[in-house]
Amino acid sequence: MNGLKAFRLAAWIAVAIVSVGLAAMILLKSENPGAPAPSVSGTPAVGGPFSLVSQRGEVVSDQSLRGKPYLAFFGFTNCPDICPTTLFELSEMMAELGADADKFNVLLISVDPERDSQELLAQYMTAFDPRIVALRGTREQTDAVLKSFAAAAIKVPMEGGNYTMEHTAGVYLMDAAGKYVDLMRMEEPREERMRKLREITS
Amino acid sequence: MGLKLLCCAALLLAGTLAPTTWATAHDFKAGSIEIEHPWSRATPPGAPVAGGYMEIKNVGGEADRLVSVTSDISARAELHESTMTDGMMRMRPMSGPLDIPTGQTVKIGDGNHIMFVKPMRTLRKGETFNATLTFEKAGAVEIKFLVQGMGSREAEETPDHGTHGTAAP
Repeated sequence: MNGLKAFRLAAWIAVAIVSVGLAAMILLKSENPGAPAPSVSGTPAVGGPFSLVSQRGEVVSDQSLRGKPYLAFFGFTNCPDICPTTLFELSEMMAELGADADKFNVLLISVDPERDSQELLAQYMTAFDPRIVALRGTREQTDAVLKSFAAAAIKVPMEGGNYTMEHTAGVYLMDAAGKYVDLMRMEEPREERMRKLREITS
Repeated sequence: MGLKLLCCAALLLAGTLAPTTWATAHDFKAGSIEIEHPWSRATPPGAPVAGGYMEIKNVGGEADRLVSVTSDISARAELHESTMTDGMMRMRPMSGPLDIPTGQTVKIGDGNHIMFVKPMRTLRKGETFNATLTFEKAGAVEIKFLVQGMGSREAEETPDHGTHGTAAP
């Protein structure tokens, strides 16, 4: 009985700590105008400068992307499921659109620049539509682009000094002015994804 | 090194104690454990990881647990939880062996996966590779993974289902 009581007490203390922590996080976020936070409508407050380097060595920034709609999603090569399947499916959708897919840019942004070197990305991307651009930057540049897309990436340590990354999923659809339009989820039916793609190109 | 050798010896011993028989098509069986269509996904060149998926059925009256996975394409294979929550793709090592309760089918590929770390080669669609699953009760089960297309999300039923593994070119 005593053990159970102690456990209950500990559980309530834990709940209290988490609640206070959450409240503090929410307060801090709303007080910091620079921190991206979802707006009331549920649309992420996306925007802000970023500059990265492609697998071909070109500098790609929020400014250089102006004038054409674009798709962007976060990933890394040490990801066995969602990253390669997303790249593959986007390649297939682009093949279906043919020349219409030239009307927008597609960006994979690495959340793991330590392991995703430009050379590795160049090799990896040969499996997909050559119009897809894989971007990486320094840790600071990566943090800046995550902030710009109101996205998150967390390093999870694993056995033997290894690690994996948890990251915001979904493909951001951006208009020619660099304004957020919609989020495309790869779990959605293909027709729905195609509809969203056509929406930003029309 | 000593531990590694001991593990190998244990695996070999377990393998002889629980003789693996191949069930029909691309399924494998050892004791009460049936493994259905183990598959992997074609990898982009240079990919540092590959995934592994299957269904494991326990037809016996005793619960079992999947303890470890080894394969001939990588030095390491890990069991991970892999989930989509709050718009985040999350992945972390499983805290312990994977439970295979009696009379149930456990799917690897639904909220979890096997990750082959640093595969020695690029995996191409249609290829196969050997692996060994070690269970607490059923022991070591030799299986063959079939490599599916790069966009695969589920096991695919192929017409040549019965032939691969035995007569793979």
